[in-house]
Amino acid sequence: MTTTAETPYGLGHLDALESEAVHIFREVAGEFERPVILFSGGKDSILMLHLALKAFTPAPVPFPLLHVDTGHNFPEVIAYRDRAVAAHGLTLHVASVQEYIDRGVLRERPDGTRNPLQTVPLTEAIQHERFDAVFGGGRRDEEKARAKERVFSLRDEFSQWDPRRQRPELWQLYNGRHAPGEHVRVFPLSNWTELDVWQYIARENIELPEIYFAHRREVFDRGGMWLTAGDWGGPKDDETVEKRQVRYRTVGDMSCTGAVDSDAGTLDQVIAEITASRLTERGATRADDKLSEAAMEDRKREGYF
Amino acid sequence: MSAVATEVGTLRLATAGSVDDGKSTLVGRLLHDSKSVLADQLESISRTGTPDLALLTDGLRAEREQGITIDVAHRYFATPRRRFILADTPGHVQYTRNMVTGASTAELTIILVDARNGVVEQTRRHAAIAALLRVPHVVLAVNKMDLVGYEESAFAAIAAQFDALAAELGITRVTAVPVSALAGDNVVEPSARMDWYGGPTVLEHLETVEVAAESPDAPARLPVQYVIRHDGIRYYAGQLVSGTLRVGDAVTVHPSGRTSTVTALDVLGAAVDVAPAGASLTVRLADELDVARGDLIAPDERAPTATRDLRGAVCHLADRPLVVGQRVLVRHTTRTVRAVVRSLGPAERLTANDLGEAVLRTAEPVVVDDYAAIRRTGAFLLVDPVDGMTLTAGMAVC
Repeated sequence: MTTTAETPYGLGHLDALESEAVHIFREVAGEFERPVILFSGGKDSILMLHLALKAFTPAPVPFPLLHVDTGHNFPEVIAYRDRAVAAHGLTLHVASVQEYIDRGVLRERPDGTRNPLQTVPLTEAIQHERFDAVFGGGRRDEEKARAKERVFSLRDEFSQWDPRRQRPELWQLYNGRHAPGEHVRVFPLSNWTELDVWQYIARENIELPEIYFAHRREVFDRGGMWLTAGDWGGPKDDETVEKRQVRYRTVGDMSCTGAVDSDAGTLDQVIAEITASRLTERGATRADDKLSEAAMEDRKREGYF
Repeated sequence: MSAVATEVGTLRLATAGSVDDGKSTLVGRLLHDSKSVLADQLESISRTGTPDLALLTDGLRAEREQGITIDVAHRYFATPRRRFILADTPGHVQYTRNMVTGASTAELTIILVDARNGVVEQTRRHAAIAALLRVPHVVLAVNKMDLVGYEESAFAAIAAQFDALAAELGITRVTAVPVSALAGDNVVEPSARMDWYGGPTVLEHLETVEVAAESPDAPARLPVQYVIRHDGIRYYAGQLVSGTLRVGDAVTVHPSGRTSTVTALDVLGAAVDVAPAGASLTVRLADELDVARGDLIAPDERAPTATRDLRGAVCHLADRPLVVGQRVLVRHTTRTVRAVVRSLGPAERLTANDLGEAVLRTAEPVVVDDYAAIRRTGAFLLVDPVDGMTLTAGMAVC
């Protein structure tokens, strides 16, 4: 911690969020046998790793990482992932969507999007490695189904989420009891907003993949979003590629994560841009959430992140 | 000023009220008028033309289909002065457990009443829950003032009625505000139609109300979550849930009763001499003691109570009942112990949403404070040992 900014009412909001997340990491370390951190190389998972490092300092993080690899990766993000794993002496598990497609277990979708295809490799990796607590970077401010999510969210052997049967969660008393084969999804960033994440990243001077900052990139327009041209299947014949100054607000599968026009090249500029934005980060950049009113709810029920 | 330097405080609040009281509209209005609703969200609730602010808070398919709020939803908004975490809870009796859940972490609760109906049975229940959960501040939002002609007398009568109820329940800090959530009066912007009202709008009050959840001189309490071992040194990791802790403090480790002295405090990588309430930290002690998860480190003075007879007020949460003689797990601070339900009141059997009292006999001692004095060391849950279901919320009395 760099400063304990004490407001008249106790901890400053970033210190309070940090303390809460660390408390959650330590609860899991104390209660579970085989936890794992979902790590995509996106800013929320980078933030989770940073908080986990702080929670167990001076000892190393006692959990491995799990990356569900769609095969449609930004090279900068994979390079970042590998550097982070090496720097902190972590173990990395990779569940590969491409491998499932090659084996014929999963089929490519007509729209080329692999985001929904991640659920099966994720679930099977959890079962195979017998992970009992799975940290995800989901935040309640992201989406309205997520606003109803618990910090400790019980999943059955198929990873299914049933919003009508969630355990009540009171005070900071998290209930991690589960049967063999079940696991608990744990969301230490539940109470963070996008702006909190960026403010904290700036305060802690956390390194991010370059694609979060403005750069020139070859993109094309699909459904009102700037997608990166690449092997994954874009652009189609009627779509034209152009060079634009963009940055990514979220990082996911290349086929459904859009860039936004931006000149924000530094953390302070990114924060100023988000403060002024009139779109949520998912509304601006995620094609999969535009599918229907309950797209996220449906994917979550099936075991998605 | 750099955006990075802006550290503000956080207020956690809960809302209680039913659809009929206009709760969702009030919450929608707070979010909308504080500019926390963005264009794509507005678009999604404006399919019929004008935005329906109530739809902002209904997240699940079933809720939209039935037009009711079922589960606790968390909402986030901020002003330059403060950051808010809002637990939006449904109001009907069958959702009492959700209200209790929302109130458990709240420093302030907004209770809505319909200006045409005044204090009704549901209002009494909401106030009782705020009192039971020891939510330090209550805002009474007298809504739908537009439907009573913005009359001061209507507001004054309801405010007086509620003050009497609050006094009965021991709620000391009540602020009543006349509002129309639908028209926007006194939610964020002051009303031009109620110039007889000189107090703050709801948002102004939320921004300025002083929240010190525990009294500043409350004793230190550090439940040990995890022991970090590194280079032969043992660091006891936990969140300081009450009071302040200093290097040099004489402490007792409960329930063993062994004593030692704090030799080092470390707040997430920074060595400090004093740590404030709420901080996650590690502590090192002068003596080699057997300290484990579930222990509680506290100063020698004003010690907590170690007991195997745990008594408390309870709210039953689960659909299956709680009965006398039932075997349960008590989940308290970082400790989980086996227990049996010795007695229940007012009935021998509690069903979902019932409020009552319970006495439990625990297999090992639990180290508790009176919930009224320290929430985090007074709160406990009863859990079903068979399937892990959360059964009952408890607030220790000792």
